[in-house]
Amino acid sequence: MPDATEPAADATGAAGPSGRISRDDVAHLARLARLAVTDEELDVFAGQLDVILGAVARVGEVAAADIPPTTHAVAMTNVFRPDEVRPSLPRDEVLAEAPAVEDHKFRVPRILMDEA
Amino acid sequence: MTDLTRRTAAETAAAVASGEVSAVEVAQAHLDRIAEVDGQVHAFLHVDTDGALAAAKAVDEKIAAGEELSPLAGVPLAMKDVVVTKGLPTTAGSKIHEGWRPPYDATITRRIKDAGIVMLGKTNMDEFAMGSSTENSAYGPSHNPWDLGRIPGGSSGGSSAAVAAFEAPLSIGTDTGGSVRQPAAVTGIVGHKPTYGAVSRNGLIAFSSSLDQAGPFGRTVLDAALLHEVIAGHDPADSTSIRGPVAPVVAAAREGARGDLTGVRIGVVRELGGEGYQPGVLASFEAAVETLRGLGADIREVSCPHFGYALAAYYLIAPSEASSNLARFDGVRYGLRVGDDGVNSLEDVMSLTREAGFGAEVKRRIMIGTYALSSGYYEAYYGQAQKVRTLISRDFAAAFEQVDVLVSPSSPFVAFGIGERIDDPMAMYINDLCTLPASLAGTPAISVPSGLSEGLPVGLQIMAPALADERCYRVGAAFEAAVEPLVVPRLVGVTR
Amino acid sequence: MTLAYDDVVTRYEPVIGLETHVELGTVSKMFCGCSTEFGAEPNTHTCPVCLGLPGALPVVNEVAIESTIRIGLALNCSIAPWSRFARKNYFYPDMPKNYQISQYDEPICVDGYLDVDVEGTTYRVGIERVHMEEDTGKNTHVGGATGRIHGAEYSLVDFNRAGIPLIEIVTKPVPGTGALAPDVAKAYVTELRNILRTLGVSDVRMEQGSLRCDVNTSLNAPGATEWGTRTETKNVNSLRSVERAVRSEMIRQAAVLDAGERVFQETRHFNESTGDTRPGRSKEEATDYRYFPEPDLVPVAPDAAWIERLRTGLPELPAARRVRLRDSLGVSAEDMQQMTNAGVVDLVAATVEAGAAVGEARNWWLGYLVQEANSREIEAAELPIAPEQVARLVVLVADGTLSVALARQVVDGVLQTGADVDAVIAERGLQRVSDTAALEKAADEAIAANPDVADKVRGGKVPAVGALVGAVMKATRGQADAAAVRAILLDRLGVSE
Repeated sequence: MPDATEPAADATGAAGPSGRISRDDVAHLARLARLAVTDEELDVFAGQLDVILGAVARVGEVAAADIPPTTHAVAMTNVFRPDEVRPSLPRDEVLAEAPAVEDHKFRVPRILMDEA
Repeated sequence: MTDLTRRTAAETAAAVASGEVSAVEVAQAHLDRIAEVDGQVHAFLHVDTDGALAAAKAVDEKIAAGEELSPLAGVPLAMKDVVVTKGLPTTAGSKIHEGWRPPYDATITRRIKDAGIVMLGKTNMDEFAMGSSTENSAYGPSHNPWDLGRIPGGSSGGSSAAVAAFEAPLSIGTDTGGSVRQPAAVTGIVGHKPTYGAVSRNGLIAFSSSLDQAGPFGRTVLDAALLHEVIAGHDPADSTSIRGPVAPVVAAAREGARGDLTGVRIGVVRELGGEGYQPGVLASFEAAVETLRGLGADIREVSCPHFGYALAAYYLIAPSEASSNLARFDGVRYGLRVGDDGVNSLEDVMSLTREAGFGAEVKRRIMIGTYALSSGYYEAYYGQAQKVRTLISRDFAAAFEQVDVLVSPSSPFVAFGIGERIDDPMAMYINDLCTLPASLAGTPAISVPSGLSEGLPVGLQIMAPALADERCYRVGAAFEAAVEPLVVPRLVGVTR
Repeated sequence: MTLAYDDVVTRYEPVIGLETHVELGTVSKMFCGCSTEFGAEPNTHTCPVCLGLPGALPVVNEVAIESTIRIGLALNCSIAPWSRFARKNYFYPDMPKNYQISQYDEPICVDGYLDVDVEGTTYRVGIERVHMEEDTGKNTHVGGATGRIHGAEYSLVDFNRAGIPLIEIVTKPVPGTGALAPDVAKAYVTELRNILRTLGVSDVRMEQGSLRCDVNTSLNAPGATEWGTRTETKNVNSLRSVERAVRSEMIRQAAVLDAGERVFQETRHFNESTGDTRPGRSKEEATDYRYFPEPDLVPVAPDAAWIERLRTGLPELPAARRVRLRDSLGVSAEDMQQMTNAGVVDLVAATVEAGAAVGEARNWWLGYLVQEANSREIEAAELPIAPEQVARLVVLVADGTLSVALARQVVDGVLQTGADVDAVIAERGLQRVSDTAALEKAADEAIAANPDVADKVRGGKVPAVGALVGAVMKATRGQADAAAVRAILLDRLGVSE
């Protein structure tokens, strides 16, 4: 998983009250998460996220390098299904809830970004 | 004829099976009750009158045909709106999903229908199960039947309120960090979070995939156990579903009801109590421990030193997974779409849709999760939180070498007033202090009523090792048999 | 100004790398039971899982895992005893969940290699990793001039392809190929494709997108101690394009470096019609995929016995097969390499198997048939003619039934109609006329029709018989053997040479 750095080493350099999260950071996170947050929200969230992230940073106090991470409480491996075709949904049900449909496809507004 | 809504699920099932009452009569009595009180309680987001009566009629026809019935046939149930129900609105308490009618049933929905259980409708909840009060529902809060000015807990507050208000004898909740146990505690009913993987997650709208687990609510331990056995069991559609037999929880509940805990070792978790807990909650808990001792249990104090880090770990893991799970709500395939004016780009429309469709708490958690998973922060936040999970699991393992079950209060607080904590996220989050360790370790835990504090219910949490859900039910049933039943919630007195 | 390629390679050292995506040929998708059939009506092969409906959960296709392990074994990789899926988070409308289930730091196969031969030299291409992921849906862009994303008014999404198992095979950087870099790149993809086809894990059809290549290219400046900045060229959809893309990117980068500028690390798109690469539109911000372990899936931990069973079950791989065929067919190493690069080794072997002589089989496939394939811009293996049919042709030429010229006409007929060899011969009357009585009859008619010429020949002017031969050949529409006709005519005219 990605490289470790200290949580306090804020990439943007701009610091909120506890130094963890600024208004700009919130704007960046909102962009990544596709949330068109308002200016007022930026202020509110910056303060709240700063407090929350300050509180949760405690996890850094205890967990040492030799502790393995737990991803699942009940450890299992190799859960597979056989390669068999099962019925798909009827297409009218697939498209029934779509905000916009054309030629039996989901219609979306123009895309700005290239594919990843 | 006594009021059909006052009966336990076990009593109702027996009455329907014996022909004393029809399933349709039972369903109608509960639909009437909903019509009578839900304007005040607001437990339901959607009541499926036609579906419920049709399901009840099918049970009556089976009885008439002499067919074999499953143990809860004809018993009504309220379903949390985070569980997918084919053709019935499923919103997860969110605007972004208003009116969505899924083309498929969750595995537990299917099992409930197959068992002849009569689904009355879908219950209110904190949006995407994020919250401890239902105040984060896009459709307004539910109200605690014990005091309509107070919260019924959350996120499964609609389901707990429905059962506490006699609108349904059974309901389904989901528990990610305590969302079954805390609402059960504050509404004076029984709620169980099964071992992670015991109940299929297929068709549960995911909040935090590695923590989410559906569980039963009932007014008695036996009722919860009966429903547990309907919904549990291996499901090939869920890769994290446990292969193996379902824990024998009904037998355990019956065994426990005999009231003898001789030889059962019960650990009191030192770290779950004391400062920050309401005195009334602590007093109730201490009395509960004495009751357990009186039943013959061997009471010991145990220490779980890393439980104090559970809150921090949980509020990293759950938002991280949620930030990814909720990415699919983008206005492309279903749900809300905002700003599609022919000029805005797709990126803009996605952002406007999500901004308009999600409430404040959901946005907060999405951003916390996005932050915690970001390159450069992952190890310090998400990675460390996963290590804390390991430490908490080790604490449990060490404790369960000394004792059979652990006990604690289910919540530090009784039901608080609607609006009291909504503006302070951290004040809301600490509602989960007692329930989070079992969530992170994936271990089973039950909340059973342990009396009142200032007229409001308090819950006793009983925690067991993974796959040993039956211990929760056995001890819970023994405790239930030894304490005075709670008085009927005030709401009932008001409206009768 | 466009630089000459020869000039570029005398001054810069290229380093290439390839990322190849392969759609596996499982019958169902990676995480659900929807069909993987190509070309179905839009959104008919979709379900709650591959549409990313709320609540739906993925379950791994076991055959996809086995196929991936087999690919890893064929590429000399280590198979990880424990590997995991991760979520790659980014928003894109063809990705139903707005994350792709992929593998990140724990791929299933690592650290292998593939040897390829180009112009008598063996190049070892290191394999960094082979990992599993799911394919995306497909966007169609509507409006605007080009049907491309740029300038489109809106887009339409079909999720039939979403969730089809995809394998990504990533090479290590390959230095030291010099002027042959484009050829090595093409040879690698060719050999990889041969292996995948031999394993039977994919139909590896580049034109349908079941095998897709991204080509990384960088140039080392003279005397540089660090490797140059690489670009990633996408949309490389044929073997020929692999070669062209590397070549064109080398020339472009050399021009940039010559001008004293920097090569930007960027994604570029290959344009099939111009042979150029163009820059992709850059993202508004640096991509941060926020990988984390997929909580809906459990780790894949193949035990040694399973891996061994898969290893034992591997078919003979192309390299070993080539060695064996070279020996059994008795062809030279050069011939074998030529046949390999033309993609006809198995075709030649099958043709020999069906009864043709090696030399003839080789000549047909490397000659007339490869030219036909090239002119149609397809692979020789995709020509609608089977090795058995080619073998039949070889036999018919050998026994004199067909001339080589006639045989080519038969091939054309087979390619056009899809009918078999004998049917084409019969239908088009292409059989060489070897019936002596028929030829004698034709000769007599020619003599009767040309009494003057006949007299000349009878009179000793033997070369004049050519005119009569021509008449007979015309009468038999070229299907007679000219030498035999000549002999019959001279015999009829009582002349001996």
